[in-house]
Amino acid sequence: MSTDETYEPVIGLEVHVHLLTRSKLFCGCANSFGAEPNNNLCPICAAMPGVLPVFNREVLEIAVRTGLAAHCEIALRSVFARKSYFYPDLPKGYQISQYEAPLCVGGYIDLPINGKTAKRVRLVRIHIEEDAGKNIHAADGSLVDLNRSGVPLLEVVGEPDIRSAEEAGAYLRELRDILCYIGASDGKMEEGSFRCDANVSVRRRGEEHFGVRTEIKNLNSFRNVEKAIAYETRRQIEKTSSGQRVLQETLLWDPDKEATRPMRSKEFANDYRYFPEPDLPPLIVEPELIERVKRAMPELPAERRARYIDQFALSPYEAEVLTSDKELSECFESVLKSGAPDLSSPPPSAKLAANFLITEALRQVRAANRPINDVFNATDIRGLLSLVEGKKISLNAAKTVLPELVLGQSSRGNPHLAQQPGGARFDAEQVVRRFGQVSDEAAIAAACDRVISAEPAKVAEYRAGRNQMFGFFVGLVMKAMGGKANPQVINEVLRKKLAAD
Amino acid sequence: MADDLSKLTITQTRSLLRSGKISAVELTRACLDRIAKVEAQIHAFITVTADEALRQAAAADKRLSSGHAPPLCGIPIGIKDVYCTAGVRTTCASKILANFVPPYDATSVARLRAQGAVFVGKANMDEFAMGSSTENSAFGPTMNPHDLGRVAGGSSGGSAAAVAAHECLASLGTDTGGSIREPASFCGVIGIKPTYSRVSRYGVIAYASSLDQVGPFARSVRDAATVLAAVAGVDPMDSTCSARPVPDYEAALTGDVKGLRIGIPKEFFVKGMEPDVESSIRAAIKQYESLGARAIDIALPHTEYAVGAYYLIATAEASANLARYDGIRFGPRAEASTLAELYSQTRAQGFGAEVKRRIMLGTFALSAGYYDAYYVKAQKVRTLIRRDFDQAFTKCDLILTPTVPSTAFRLGEKVNHPLQMYLSDIFTISVNLAGLPGLVVPCGYDSLNLPIGLQLIGTAFGEASILRAGDAYERSGAISLRDAVV
Amino acid sequence: MAQDKITLEMVRHVARLARLELSEAEEQSLGSDLNNILVYFEKLNELDTSTVEPTTQVGDAGTPLRDDVVTNGPAPEAMLANAPAREGFFFKVPKIIE
Ligand SMILES: [Mg+2]
Ligand SMILES: [Zn+2]
Repeated sequence: MSTDETYEPVIGLEVHVHLLTRSKLFCGCANSFGAEPNNNLCPICAAMPGVLPVFNREVLEIAVRTGLAAHCEIALRSVFARKSYFYPDLPKGYQISQYEAPLCVGGYIDLPINGKTAKRVRLVRIHIEEDAGKNIHAADGSLVDLNRSGVPLLEVVGEPDIRSAEEAGAYLRELRDILCYIGASDGKMEEGSFRCDANVSVRRRGEEHFGVRTEIKNLNSFRNVEKAIAYETRRQIEKTSSGQRVLQETLLWDPDKEATRPMRSKEFANDYRYFPEPDLPPLIVEPELIERVKRAMPELPAERRARYIDQFALSPYEAEVLTSDKELSECFESVLKSGAPDLSSPPPSAKLAANFLITEALRQVRAANRPINDVFNATDIRGLLSLVEGKKISLNAAKTVLPELVLGQSSRGNPHLAQQPGGARFDAEQVVRRFGQVSDEAAIAAACDRVISAEPAKVAEYRAGRNQMFGFFVGLVMKAMGGKANPQVINEVLRKKLAAD
Repeated sequence: MADDLSKLTITQTRSLLRSGKISAVELTRACLDRIAKVEAQIHAFITVTADEALRQAAAADKRLSSGHAPPLCGIPIGIKDVYCTAGVRTTCASKILANFVPPYDATSVARLRAQGAVFVGKANMDEFAMGSSTENSAFGPTMNPHDLGRVAGGSSGGSAAAVAAHECLASLGTDTGGSIREPASFCGVIGIKPTYSRVSRYGVIAYASSLDQVGPFARSVRDAATVLAAVAGVDPMDSTCSARPVPDYEAALTGDVKGLRIGIPKEFFVKGMEPDVESSIRAAIKQYESLGARAIDIALPHTEYAVGAYYLIATAEASANLARYDGIRFGPRAEASTLAELYSQTRAQGFGAEVKRRIMLGTFALSAGYYDAYYVKAQKVRTLIRRDFDQAFTKCDLILTPTVPSTAFRLGEKVNHPLQMYLSDIFTISVNLAGLPGLVVPCGYDSLNLPIGLQLIGTAFGEASILRAGDAYERSGAISLRDAVV
Repeated sequence: MAQDKITLEMVRHVARLARLELSEAEEQSLGSDLNNILVYFEKLNELDTSTVEPTTQVGDAGTPLRDDVVTNGPAPEAMLANAPAREGFFFKVPKIIE
């Protein structure tokens, strides 16, 4: 934990977000992940002599949408600037960014904790800039791949309002969710499309001024962000409390050693010599564009959370988990309303769907490590849960069936999937045939009778007052029924029969 | 005959080409012969593309015979080696690009190519267009065709000398602080720097992006208008390129300057100006008055601050523009075992002295602690200089000045005195800072037979008006162009 | 010089920023050139510009907006054709130490 009674950390995060455009920021190269080296490269993003940048219209739309979602003020006139430093992945020797006049100013992100707004983190700015390429370190040198050079980024600069590693995590998750909801980003930290640098300092609690801060880079997962901040906080508290000084420096997080270390290559590149980019006139935003983007703004995570609590009577926790992933929440809503259910069962209740998705479906999604849409068909889940809702099968049976509904596996030999055009689909009739619940009281009563006559000693014990043995009998009856009996009916019948005599 | 063909203007050759009296191949051969004859003395070109030129000329002849040929079809043109030319080495007169072959054309080059123009070669220049004499070329200087012991001016010295020496009929140069106009004046040819943003800069290797502008050299104002019309106009590849329509420059050449108000700024008649230069300019003003124009005294009070402002802004931009020359994606690379050495030695070996000087100056002007005092200060002075012109143009339609205070200086005379060299741009630089068009027309020769040029400065996008005035002066027969000494 | 605008130490610092390896002779001569130039540039301080807005560009305001379409296909061979060192389709440099 990064808490300490005497000291508190002061944390500000800078997040770089890849934007979901078709082409790069200033040229017509594809903005796609995973291409062969230097395939998404042209004279412009390779910085060959004489080339010039031309700004991508879609980036402006996305940036304005992001600024509005984060409550920023949108500048009607913003200015590009050159940030100069030498590095092999930076072909021009400068990055085109925004400096004195960014597109989005101010704003804030509210962090949800248990459904309530627990904390507001203010933003300094959001600006547009281009990404650099990638250096790959080989044995006898380094290799440069410029596919990422010129990919559009938003840099979201937060105020140092964060006070713990956990808050940092919550902030990043909320920001990621917002960006995914508005279609700005895919939020994939592992692929580098959502990157975070953390500025960390510590000070005595109650003190006004900030301590000397360090900047941690290379934080490529939510876990690493939290771990690195916790580590750096501890390191700085130890230094400060033992009378040593914290050096202002750039650190790299080493995820293997779980420690930070100074970054050598940055030592000498701290005078960036920003000046206005003469190759690009100022970016002018028409007020109509802002209005249009505002009108078309999709539902944001916080709004959706509130709606789930309100409309579906979900708990704050359920609402938070469901909305933390745009695709999960979309799946949830599809389960509630998609197509007519098979076998004339009622649609699943919101509570049932929420719990089932949060526990059962998410487990499969995590195991598959793919987005939920790639793992499940919402219609399949709806069909399955309709059977539970209509008491045709038990919840346990639904849990048993679920792994077989994972997409991408062959439907051959899978009793619950019927081959349909366009892929495998859940077959309700098959499921009911196999797991169909017996609610027939006569059949259940007969099974109860058989169990009672086979276990006279246990029955006597129960009747002598050992009520907790009830479950034992339920289990035996269920076993006798091949697991298909309706547990509620068993409960009723068995209770009566055991009470008799 | 071959030699005579190379002396023709574009206007003169056009009817000969169209009527089939001469072919583009013959015309090109005449220029190539001339190049073969004089290059050893002039050194206007870094690369001569004879084979490619003849191929282009043959293709042009086909188009000409079809009867649908654009104005520059079959016309031999020289291209300053600052323009990227697809498949043809483009050096910017620097060792650091000694073997660079771009896979793309500059927009201006592409537009000339589309018209069927014939490219005879890549013209010599000051390295990265930094200089006023073409002595800063890694490939050696260009000599003035009117006196081989003198400079051709710079940075587009090769382009100017090639036209003056009849090695081609026209050429492209670039002008950041006077790099078309000063060599035009020194070599006795016509040169125009258009309004900033009039012509695309795409594919022109950047020196100072907020000042660089493309423009032609020619042996008549009409020829210059024809080439400018071919390259001007909006380009989706250059965000700073203006979308304003391009007027018909040739149609503007009516010869009529009656009632034209010509502003004469007193600040441009300075102590130290060569008497022959001053008397030629005064004579030109008289000539205009005799044609019905009116000379009006105006003031451009911040002129003396232009050189300081220019060299801070231009070098600051250059220091970033030249950061891409790092020996990683192109260009020769120094032997280096570490990345730090790779950068600092590749750049130390690849750049010449003046380029290093300007990178240092620009880096300093942008560095922490000096940015406001130097770079921002210079930009504020730039505002004052623009306002001077705005004021002046309330009283006059165009401004007439000398182009350079002197005629061509001797090779080596200023090369070790950078500030002296910078001050030779004193009359041209403020025009770039204000983004205005400037046309140079030869207006006389000094006692040593060295050319003198007058400069006509127009309002923004007022190219048609200065071309009309330049053409009227030329037509009045005030002077006739003299041949090169070779 | 007493009123040095730029000391030798600053010359070295600027050269480092610009990634230019200078010989001692170059440091000296560039230092003195820059000094002369900067002394001349002092002229600008004769002007009171406290109320003047800087001019950074002289063209039209409003950067053009390009449609978000992919116009370039892969051309790695052409893009690496001028590279002084490569490995496969990567540019190659001496080992980078982070
Ligand atoms: Mg950034
Ligand atoms: Zn590209």
